[in-house]
Amino acid sequence: MNKFLSQSAEYLPFLLSGVWLTIAVTVLSLTLATGLGLFWALCRTSGIRALATPVRLLVEFIRGIPILVILFYIYFVMPEIGLDLTAFQAGVIGLALTYSCYIGETFRAGIEAVDRGQVEAAKSIGMRQGLMMRRVVLPQAFRIVVPPYTNNIVMLLKDSSQVSVISVAELTMQGKMLASSTFNNLTVFTLVALLYLCLTLPLNFVMRRVEVAMGKAR
Amino acid sequence: MITFENVHKAYGSHEVLKGIDAEIGKGKVVCLIGPSGSGKSTLLRCVNGLETYQQGRIAINGEPVDATSSTIHAVRTKVSMVFQRFNLFPHRTALENVMEGPIHVLGEDRQAARQRAEDLLTRVGLAEKIGAYPASLSGGQQQRVAIARALAMRPEAILFDEPTSALDPEMVGEVLQVMRSLAEEHMTMLVVTHEIQFAREVADNVLFLDGGRIVEQGPAAEVLRNPQHERTQDFLRRVTHPV
Repeated sequence: MNKFLSQSAEYLPFLLSGVWLTIAVTVLSLTLATGLGLFWALCRTSGIRALATPVRLLVEFIRGIPILVILFYIYFVMPEIGLDLTAFQAGVIGLALTYSCYIGETFRAGIEAVDRGQVEAAKSIGMRQGLMMRRVVLPQAFRIVVPPYTNNIVMLLKDSSQVSVISVAELTMQGKMLASSTFNNLTVFTLVALLYLCLTLPLNFVMRRVEVAMGKAR
Repeated sequence: MITFENVHKAYGSHEVLKGIDAEIGKGKVVCLIGPSGSGKSTLLRCVNGLETYQQGRIAINGEPVDATSSTIHAVRTKVSMVFQRFNLFPHRTALENVMEGPIHVLGEDRQAARQRAEDLLTRVGLAEKIGAYPASLSGGQQQRVAIARALAMRPEAILFDEPTSALDPEMVGEVLQVMRSLAEEHMTMLVVTHEIQFAREVADNVLFLDGGRIVEQGPAAEVLRNPQHERTQDFLRRVTHPV
C-alpha cells in the first residue's frame, strides 16, 4: 500500500496532464454534439420530410459505425482529400459527430414524449412552430431528457479514451505510456480508473440534483 | 359569425363528418351534443384548424378556415379553445399561463399583460392562486385557469371541448358558473358537452349530432324539451335518466 501511494505521488502529475486533455476533449465535443444533436432532433420532429429524411439516414449511418473507425477515417482519410487536422481536432470532431447522433436521438425522444395536448394548447393560442418549440415543447422536453442526457455525457467522457488511438495524449494514452515505461501496470491502471471515476461520479451526482430541482417546477 | 357549409371529414375511409351545415351567430352560445363518436369534437377542432376537413367550408366572419394555410395562426388568435384535459403549461405558473399568449403571440406590453392576467384570474375566482403551478391546482381550478388563458387572447369566440368531462363531479359547478357568466356577457361560445342541464339553461341553440350528421338543431328549449327526431329523444332519455 505504501508503495502504491509513493508511486502514485510520482505518477499523478503526468496522469493529471492527461486528465486536463480528457476534460478538454469531452467538454468541446459535448458542446458541439449537443448543439448539433438539438439541430438533428429539430429536423427530425419538424414534420418537413426534406429535413427529416436526410437527417434520419445520416443518424442511422453514423450510429452503425464504430467510433474507432470514424476517428481513423477523420484522422487518416481526410488529409488525403486535403483536410489536415491535428489529432486533437480530429478526435473532437469524431466524438462530436458520433455523439450528436446519440444525443439527437435522446432529444428527439424527449420532444416526442411531450404530451400532444401541449402542442394543441400552444397552437390554440396562435403560436407558430418556432415559438411553440421554444416556449412550450423544449422546456418540457429538457426535463424529460435530463437522465438519458446525463447518461450520454458519461458515455462520451468514457469514450473520449478512444481518441488515444489517434495519439491524443489524454488520460488513457498517458496511462498506457506510463505503464509501458515503468511496467507498473497495477498502479498505473488503477490510478487511471480512479481518475475516471473522479470525473464520472460527481457528474451523476450533479445531474441528480438538477433533476430534483427541475422536478419542483412541475 | 361562424358558418359551416357542407363540411366533410374522413380518416382514411372512415367518414367522421358527413356534410355539416350550421351557423353560429355573434354573441350566441351553441351547445353540440350527441353520443360519443358522433363527430362533435372533431367538428369543433376543425374550427380552429386543429383538424383539417376535406370538403365544404368553415368560415369565421366570412374568412375561410384552412388548417394548412399560414392564415390559421391569425384565426387561432381570434378563436380560443378550452380543452377537456385543460392542457395548461405545467412548467409555468397560473399567471404565466395566462400571460403567455398576450406577450409572446400578440406582442402586448408585459406590464399590461400581467395586470390583465391578474384581473382575469380574479374574475374566475383564482386571485390567490396566481403563483401556483398547475400540478398544485385541482381540476376545476386548472380548467378555470385555462378559461382565463383563452380569454386573455381577447377572442371573438371560445370553443369548449367537453370542458367538464375530466372533472370530479363536485368541481363541475365552478367551471359551469364561469361559463355561464361569459354567456351573460354575450361571448360567442361553441360548447361540446354532456351537461344537458347547462345546455338547457345557458345555450341559445343546440346542435344534436349523430353519425357525422346534424340530426336536429334549433333553440335549446325546443330541442331539449321537445325533440322531434327519434334519435334525439332516445339520446336525451339516456343521458337524463341513465338508470
